[in-house]
Amino acid sequence: MTAPSPISSQQIDSSSRLPLFVLFGGAAFWLVLSSVFGLIASIKFHGPGFLADSTVLTYGRVYPAWSNLLVYGFCIPSGLGVGLWLLARLGRTPLARPWLIAIGAELWHLGVLVGLIGILSGDSTGYEWLEMPRYAAMILFCAFVFIGLWGFVTHRLRAERELYPSQWFVLAALFWFPWIYSTAVLLLQVFPVRGIVQASIAWWFSGNLLVVWLSLVGLAAFCYFVPKLTERPLQSRYLALFAFWTLILFGTWVGIPLRATLPTWMPTLSNAAALLMLVPVLGVVAMLVQTVGGTKTACAGGPLCYVKFGICSLVLSGLMLAAAALPQVSRLTDFTWFGQAQNALRLYGFFAMTMFGAAYYILPRVAGLEWPFSKLVRAHFWCGVIGTLLLAVPLAIGGVVQGTKWLNPEILPADVSKATLMFLGLSTIGDLLLLMGGLLFLLNVSVLIFRYYRAVFRVAYAEATAFEPAEVKP
Amino acid sequence: MKSSALVFLAAFLAVSASWSGFVLAPQIQLGRSVQTKALGAGDLYPLARPGLARQGLELYRANGCMYCHTQQVGQEGTHVDVYLTEAGTNAAGVIEAIRKYNPDLAKPDTLSELPKKIVQVADVPRAGPVLKALKEGGGKAEPLIVSTGPDIARGWGCRRTVAQDFLYDQPVQPGVRRIGPDLANIGLRPYDADWHYRHLFAPDNVVQGSKMPLYRYLFERRKVGAEPTPDALKLTGDLAPEAGHEIVPKPEARALVAYLLNLRAEAPLFEAPFTPPARKSADTNAAPTTASVP
Repeated sequence: MTAPSPISSQQIDSSSRLPLFVLFGGAAFWLVLSSVFGLIASIKFHGPGFLADSTVLTYGRVYPAWSNLLVYGFCIPSGLGVGLWLLARLGRTPLARPWLIAIGAELWHLGVLVGLIGILSGDSTGYEWLEMPRYAAMILFCAFVFIGLWGFVTHRLRAERELYPSQWFVLAALFWFPWIYSTAVLLLQVFPVRGIVQASIAWWFSGNLLVVWLSLVGLAAFCYFVPKLTERPLQSRYLALFAFWTLILFGTWVGIPLRATLPTWMPTLSNAAALLMLVPVLGVVAMLVQTVGGTKTACAGGPLCYVKFGICSLVLSGLMLAAAALPQVSRLTDFTWFGQAQNALRLYGFFAMTMFGAAYYILPRVAGLEWPFSKLVRAHFWCGVIGTLLLAVPLAIGGVVQGTKWLNPEILPADVSKATLMFLGLSTIGDLLLLMGGLLFLLNVSVLIFRYYRAVFRVAYAEATAFEPAEVKP
Repeated sequence: MKSSALVFLAAFLAVSASWSGFVLAPQIQLGRSVQTKALGAGDLYPLARPGLARQGLELYRANGCMYCHTQQVGQEGTHVDVYLTEAGTNAAGVIEAIRKYNPDLAKPDTLSELPKKIVQVADVPRAGPVLKALKEGGGKAEPLIVSTGPDIARGWGCRRTVAQDFLYDQPVQPGVRRIGPDLANIGLRPYDADWHYRHLFAPDNVVQGSKMPLYRYLFERRKVGAEPTPDALKLTGDLAPEAGHEIVPKPEARALVAYLLNLRAEAPLFEAPFTPPARKSADTNAAPTTASVP
């Protein structure tokens, strides 16, 4: 990856400018909107009458609006942005057809908007993590395939033939999503299967999306940025290979809850896989320790901090996933907030933080500008860390409390929910902090994009009004 | 890995394995399920939901009820209660038979309050000798299969939820979290449509301390016509509409409540046997709980 090549990093970065602006600009916007919905949903537990008179803003619509905007609005486009940039950078080739990728990204954001309107107007599909209705899903699928295709083309045209671990992860992710999404949409909505098989497919999809897809993209960024930012080689390629194989082999089976009303072999297998998911997590920890160990690279609230915190969250979330796979624990944690805490750690703590770290590194380079408010990068980091922890830790404890109370038939349902209120209150503060973090990110990204185009416009205006049209290099 | 083809092969192998396991296999195993005969009476189960209840399922989906209510009753096991149903004419013989299994009940009083639970055993084969002994003593006895576990003790159902229960649902909504109680059998519990309407309109007013959102948008306030609407809400206190007005459920509320009342998995099945409550006598009822407030 350090071999001299005819094309400079700057040229590669500027080739990916437009698609990355569209992907990250949209992602930052959806993230903020998602947090707003998350906050509304969270407040409803403290005042059930809050915004209750509107059909659109009832809890059962606001909640999926939060989860879908987070996953489809923020996670996937930002993951695509980082993935495409990695393919171009590591392949030492400019991004193929950036204009078409940008159109694909616009199409994706259109799909998210259509899906959001669908959910709020009552067209949610009723399958968790897959609520966007069929018409939105079609747009999303086409947009992903279109963007992914140009990712493959870029990869084919690479000048550096040797593959770096990050490329395995990105390529697998580009392949993974169309498969799982098309299966889920076709078999649940277009040609719906009968009965409980629907639930099995929905669980399979959500496991593959949240556990495998997000980890693939997050680890691709991890394998690139940790060595880059600490200026040490990745330790080691073999560990990365090990983590890659174990992640895809075990992770793909995760997702079916232990109490599912399916033939017993399915939940058993799925939860054995959840336990085995500790293996790739250990591999990642070994990579982090061996790569970073002994260096004194100050991260100072910059990208490296984000990536490190991401890995800590991945470990914690993997431990929670494994714990909940044990029958003794799942008795307490099934159907409680515990699962939500695990998801929050994975989505916000691991994936979003890793993507923020990557974006804070990539975007100034592709724009050729400094961050407009570079101090806010650090503020965002602390909002993200404290927000994630305030969201996940109380929900995990509250989930266990809730589960213990449900096991005692003497305790009335209203008292069970009362017992979780304090924990939900803390998590509302977590939601608020995450919203603030999202706003800081949106501010930085949008001002950066604005300044770039302002500069472009000024140059163009100066040229247009110049007495003698100047020769400009393309 | 040196080549991209190998990466794709790895990804293909991994995802196709789980696809075969969790998409294809259940479709082969369960995708062609049809109605089965319930144990005992032999009725077909499940029945398709009636039209209004089917519309109600759409309301349940559109408003995301499944984020707070599961439809998955869990069960830890079963046991068998042996009940003496008739004492016959040989009181002494029956009492002797009872003494072998439950000395505390071996007294004439037992025979005067039939049917009476004599003993609890682990399974049906183990109930055999007890039944035989009681019969030889001159009485009549019946084994009742009872499901156990915290969900059952809460009165959320008479047995665990099984795949068959979801046969006709589209989408299937087994639920995510229990912020409120499980609804798999809400139609079997002692709440009528009027209770559900009032509960949806003002949850806190019906169930103290409830944190369920208000679903007022499923109702409309209007002037009383020539005659009051039969299912207008009977509200008191602050909630009551001013004179000459009434609060009536919109068609959406009627559909949703029809669906809720249709949620009843009461058929004993081969994979989840129990003795239906109808066959139990009221005063001997072992399980049904007092804590049936949602």
